[in-house]
Amino acid sequence: MRKSFRLDEIDCATCALKLEDSIRRLDGVDDAKVNFMTQKLTLTAADERFAEVLERVVALVAKVEPDCEIVR
Amino acid sequence: MNKKQRRWRNRIVIAVAIFVAVMVVERTGLLASLVGASSEPYVAFALYFATFLVAGYDVLIKAWGNIRRGDPFDEAFLMTVATIGAFATILFPETEPQSAEGCAVMLFYQVGELFQSYAVGKSRKSISDMMDIAPDYANVERDGRLVQVDPDEVAVGDVIVVKPGERVPIDGRVVEGASQLDTAALTGESVPRHVERGADVISGCINMTGILHIETTKPFGESTVSRILELVENASEKKARTESFITRFARVYTPAVTLAAVLLAVIPPVLGMGPWTDWVLRGLTFLVVSCPCALVISVPLSFFGGIGGASRLGILVKGSNYLELLAHVDTVVFDKTGTLTSGTFSVVAVHPEEGVDPDYLLSRAAYAEAFSDHPIAASVKQAYAGTIDEGRIRDAHEESGHGVSATVDEHVVLVGNDRLMAAHGMRWHECDLTGTVLHVAVDGAYAGHIVIADVVKEDAAETIRGLREEGVRKCVMLTGDRRDVAEAVAARLGIDEVHAQLLPEDKVDAVERLLAGEKDGARLAFVGDGINDAPVLMRADVGIAMGAMGSDAAIEAADVVLMDDRPSKIATAMRVARRTMRIVWQNIVFAIGVKVAILVLAALGIANMWLAVFGDVGVAIIAILNAMRCMRVGAAR
Repeated sequence: MRKSFRLDEIDCATCALKLEDSIRRLDGVDDAKVNFMTQKLTLTAADERFAEVLERVVALVAKVEPDCEIVR
Repeated sequence: MNKKQRRWRNRIVIAVAIFVAVMVVERTGLLASLVGASSEPYVAFALYFATFLVAGYDVLIKAWGNIRRGDPFDEAFLMTVATIGAFATILFPETEPQSAEGCAVMLFYQVGELFQSYAVGKSRKSISDMMDIAPDYANVERDGRLVQVDPDEVAVGDVIVVKPGERVPIDGRVVEGASQLDTAALTGESVPRHVERGADVISGCINMTGILHIETTKPFGESTVSRILELVENASEKKARTESFITRFARVYTPAVTLAAVLLAVIPPVLGMGPWTDWVLRGLTFLVVSCPCALVISVPLSFFGGIGGASRLGILVKGSNYLELLAHVDTVVFDKTGTLTSGTFSVVAVHPEEGVDPDYLLSRAAYAEAFSDHPIAASVKQAYAGTIDEGRIRDAHEESGHGVSATVDEHVVLVGNDRLMAAHGMRWHECDLTGTVLHVAVDGAYAGHIVIADVVKEDAAETIRGLREEGVRKCVMLTGDRRDVAEAVAARLGIDEVHAQLLPEDKVDAVERLLAGEKDGARLAFVGDGINDAPVLMRADVGIAMGAMGSDAAIEAADVVLMDDRPSKIATAMRVARRTMRIVWQNIVFAIGVKVAILVLAALGIANMWLAVFGDVGVAIIAILNAMRCMRVGAAR
């Protein structure tokens, strides 16, 4: 499943790159794209694990970019 | 500014005020006289450090978080090390303390970051405004009253009502009413389009004059406007080579500069080339310019702006990579029909014999062809201005694919090609124009001929000229048409190479051969009307489909989609692409140039931290402002 989320307050482009890298390294994430300009996160993960993977992505974002919030 | 930015700004203003006050007290010697000369540097240090915390505590917290995660290399970390390092000079009494510098660098950095955040927000907003062509409601009649509903809830086949001034939310067909539609948001074309009952309308157009009742033919999600938005939003995901280069560069640059800073701070003093503090300060200055933010923001922003700007002119570029390729196109291959010519047959000339009125000739031909539905007959009837009274026609019949014969007002009329004339023992003469020649004979006497041809579009010649101005070396035309027709069109438009009488599968081969002949780095674009040419569109470096209003197949197959059918948009697209690439490279050269210059000056001990902060945030801001120019495509029209 592929789904997009709005990322609020992602202020720096290098941060977006890093965030993308670290989300990609998470277990269960097939692909992730962080678009700095459109403030969008596109997450691809297996259907049955999606909710669980998303939980961990949210936790990771809170840790890596405390200012930035995933709008669900 | 949003709420967060306003709070941020207020904090900076307060910090600047305190900083100025502390500086005045210190530099005028007031502080020294108050606390005594020996303790003065320490008191100044404390005051500056407090100001520093007000200005940059968030940066420090972020840097600490990074260190704990074991991934320290970002701006916050580097700024923290640089500023704390500057403050640490207080521990070395033999050197001038750098407390004011440490505090000022943090202030500068915050001002720059705030401005950068503001500029990014602004450009995000102007892009989203530009994309604001999707209406967020549809009017539906329920129980005799109009209600606004979410366009997603409208089913295919429902009737929606669009009032003057509103945007058409969903593709459909007019079932009631007539109006003028402004299609500028989709095609960049400012001439309004007239629609009435039975006309197809696409979403995104603005209804200008009358109330329209539209029966929807597609769900909202598949309507033109939704597809365009999706396309443009996803376009930035297909990264250009330049973008990937910048990303790779950014990953190497920061660690490299940091390492260089460490070496610079340690090796020279170990070799006895000067005091530790001096070299450590130079190393700290290095750290300040080690963030590649100017590039990482401005390059994608330029592409995004270019794609957004192009879409406003009715040009959809499906990825940054295609915009980049388009800028390097030196060969443009046209599929003639539907691109350079309109693909419809029209009468281009009427050549009567001596003493025959041209209108008379045309009217006889139109009457004789009245019952035929062949495209040639249709074009003759279209060219004839009067109405056809079918009661005046008798014995109309087709003559075995060569033409028609009929009796009109008791005159026997023959209309057809030279074989028809020969079969009836008629004398005729050839025409020097290319196209399909219809000979007309009345009562056994040759009356003249009518020339019918595929019409060359008005702006076709201008397109070829425009492309040459943009650096295209070779224009090629492919067509299934007859060689003489193709060559006549090519000569008129100034096309370099013609391949005529091609079968659809030959077109792929022709493009393959042209691709093989391309020089390194030069690209080939293929322009088609999106019908039956998907394989060629995919094979070319850049596939351009035109006349795509409402054609899903074309939008799917091509890399660049022109919403209307004017070929001059190809030249416009190239102009936008080249301009975008120019701005991208300006930023790359400028940002890297300034940073390298500051690195060199810092290593030599000439550049101080103030200059380095400019090299970081100042350059980023200038690059962002420059990148925002990509959105302004007015001049590229």
